[in-house]
Amino acid sequence: MTQVLPKVDVLLIGFGWTGAILAQELTDAGLGVLALERGQWRDTPIDFATTFAQDELRYYWRKELFERPAHDTLTIRNTLAETALPMRDLGSFLPGSGVGGAGIHWNGQVWRYLPSDLVAKSHNLARYGKAAIPPDMTIQDYGVTYDELEPYYDKFEYLCGVSGKAGNINGAIQPGGDPFEGPRTRDYPNPPLDMPYGPTLYGQAAAALGLHPFPHPAANMSRPYTNPLGAQLGPCTYCGFCEKFGCGNYSKASPQTTILPVLLRKPNFVLKTDSEVLKINLAADGKTATGVTYIDAAGREFEQPADLVILSAYILHNVRLLLLSGIGKPYDPVSGTGVIGKNYAYQITSSVNVFYQDKILNPFIGAGALGVITNDYNGDNFDHSGLGFIGGGYIGVLQTGARPIETHPTPDGTPKWGAAWKKAVAANYLRTSTIATHGAVMSHRGNYLDLDPTYRDVYGRPLLRMTFDYTDNEHRMSGYLTEQAARVGRAMGAREIKVNKRVGSWDVVPYQTTHNTGGAIMGTDPKSSALNKYLQSWDVANLFVMGATAFPQQAGYNPTGTVAALAFHAAEAIKTQYLKDPGKPLVQA
Amino acid sequence: MTAGAVLGSAPLGAAAAVIGGAGVPWTPDEAAYPLTADPARKYGFFSQAEAAFVEAAVARIVPADALGPGAVEAGVPIFIDRQLAGEFGQATRWYMKGPWAKGEKTQGYQSRYTPAQMYRTAIKVIDEAVGRAANTSFAKLKGEDQDAFLGRLETGDAQFADVDAKAFFTLFLQNVMEGFFCDPIHGGNRGMVGWKLIGFPGARYDHRDYVLQYGKPYPLPPVSIAGRPGWSA
Repeated sequence: MTQVLPKVDVLLIGFGWTGAILAQELTDAGLGVLALERGQWRDTPIDFATTFAQDELRYYWRKELFERPAHDTLTIRNTLAETALPMRDLGSFLPGSGVGGAGIHWNGQVWRYLPSDLVAKSHNLARYGKAAIPPDMTIQDYGVTYDELEPYYDKFEYLCGVSGKAGNINGAIQPGGDPFEGPRTRDYPNPPLDMPYGPTLYGQAAAALGLHPFPHPAANMSRPYTNPLGAQLGPCTYCGFCEKFGCGNYSKASPQTTILPVLLRKPNFVLKTDSEVLKINLAADGKTATGVTYIDAAGREFEQPADLVILSAYILHNVRLLLLSGIGKPYDPVSGTGVIGKNYAYQITSSVNVFYQDKILNPFIGAGALGVITNDYNGDNFDHSGLGFIGGGYIGVLQTGARPIETHPTPDGTPKWGAAWKKAVAANYLRTSTIATHGAVMSHRGNYLDLDPTYRDVYGRPLLRMTFDYTDNEHRMSGYLTEQAARVGRAMGAREIKVNKRVGSWDVVPYQTTHNTGGAIMGTDPKSSALNKYLQSWDVANLFVMGATAFPQQAGYNPTGTVAALAFHAAEAIKTQYLKDPGKPLVQA
Repeated sequence: MTAGAVLGSAPLGAAAAVIGGAGVPWTPDEAAYPLTADPARKYGFFSQAEAAFVEAAVARIVPADALGPGAVEAGVPIFIDRQLAGEFGQATRWYMKGPWAKGEKTQGYQSRYTPAQMYRTAIKVIDEAVGRAANTSFAKLKGEDQDAFLGRLETGDAQFADVDAKAFFTLFLQNVMEGFFCDPIHGGNRGMVGWKLIGFPGARYDHRDYVLQYGKPYPLPPVSIAGRPGWSA
């Protein structure tokens, strides 16, 4: 028997970064907001205290803070011709679980996309012509521009206390920053973090080669910081247990450290944990969401009516809930029609290890976004004529803390075990730095998300099915980035380098990035996109869908900055436009 | 609506304590200090024959030599035993529903075995194979013959009907690395010998004074979550 609960103004499904942002903004507008989070309550002093947070086995390898595949997973395959099988254990990506979502265990890498990234299709057509975009490459423009998002990028950077150095303030290039970035109105709120030896050596070599190194923008505090909401963060201690861990020092921006201390005190906000939404309910016309059906930890089922529904779960769950709720037309990769599940994309990464003979680098000193980066080969910052690909990525040394189960690099030719392995690990651990490349993934006709025909979750609902592989564009681009990384690596004055190119099909096993994107993309036309520029569903006007779900393709940057900017941009549109005439589309199709 | 309420998250202590059992030093999903492994603990999962295999095999993966203690001295067999007896060994977090298929390499782990079942089956078939070929068990082979056998598991040259030898070796190698480099509270890395070998300082939580000390050795000894010998108790 489903119990019907009293109606709320706004219902949020999922309570990570975007849920917290929307809740904060919409409670400010006087609305009553209810957030339903399927996971548990989590907070710094009880869940990742400094007395036990630095446990590599427990938090990374045994995945204490991440989603449990036993509860919910997805099926995966590289091509339409294969049978998808369940991702039985986590590997390639690590979605979060519980309050704060992946915003707890992220690195704090805060990027803005290039102005040209947001208009990838029209920009590349204009510069390189039609031949640059193969017929099966389904890239699109976002439908929103960098200039429109700039104030919201800024808002997130100040919310998070980002440590960094501006490269372009109102068009004036700033020494020491990223000269390729879009213009910003002011510098970051905090100065860059202190830079360890390894990234510094990368920066010196890159500069000598004529590249433009700068400190990675980091939501790790370089000094004590009070954000505009009044939340206080402490200085980062470079402990090296940041990426894949919760921060015990209140030094990494997360929903818990930047928004919740303020939001949870508000009388017009309620958070229910252990409450999993089964589907979004629609009115008889199919064009209005009436609320959701959810189930609590005791197994009781509730119907929760709401005027406005905001889907703010992880991208994979957002797409699955849309499909399970019958919202929007599912994408068909054969005909290329439909929009839900379309343009799933990801990230392509590679690395180059740099082994020194004598230099002690102390790589265990680290923070999630601590490093020196070059963007000379990101986006369209370089001429792609004759290269056979579009897009790019950043290259740099990020020193995130060489936790030893995960990180004990050895030179080429070293066996994986035995006395020779032991000798090589002992000789190289303190003396190795690793250059990472972090490349874009363009969308492709055959890369998409739908519901699996066979496998089910604990509630008997179909799992999401992911069909994805890298295409020639990604392999050529990543190969090019890896060559550039090796060039800098050879210039770093080391004994030897080891090049770890990304080869073959996408593999679910090795960790790569938790940067899944697309599946309900934003755009200007309901035929080719699921959401308008304010992340409002074209099909259901009182439904907004947050997250990287909206990205038509993935740029060469970590997505969180753009995810947050789009969320603030949507919140502003809801407050200033939607609420004047609720239930109406903000953009006429 | 009520003011600023957080609803749900009923304590799971009682049930979770059962799930955690003897295998892991923390209670899943409950914030708590981890319990330190009992150094006098004996095997709780492995039979005598299985323990003999594991002790012999880990000694080939990380041997004791002039550089320092190896995996046996680090307590890796006891570490693996604890892991297999607990949540990890039972694949509690994994999606383990059928149907089952071999799948492509890029689709990852598709075995029906939990890690505990994988160890149990693999060790049995390995000792049977060694018995057929050399009339003894793996543990009693000479070191170089053990290396050769492990090498055939690693490359996939060794094939068994009941278990994917390569998948077992991949799991085993990963567990040895975990046991050699984990915090000592988990029963491995005893005396922090894995960390001392490479120079990892362990669970220190403040490196601010050392970030800019380019090229200088880190001066402090490693420390576990549970402290280190010589600390006031």
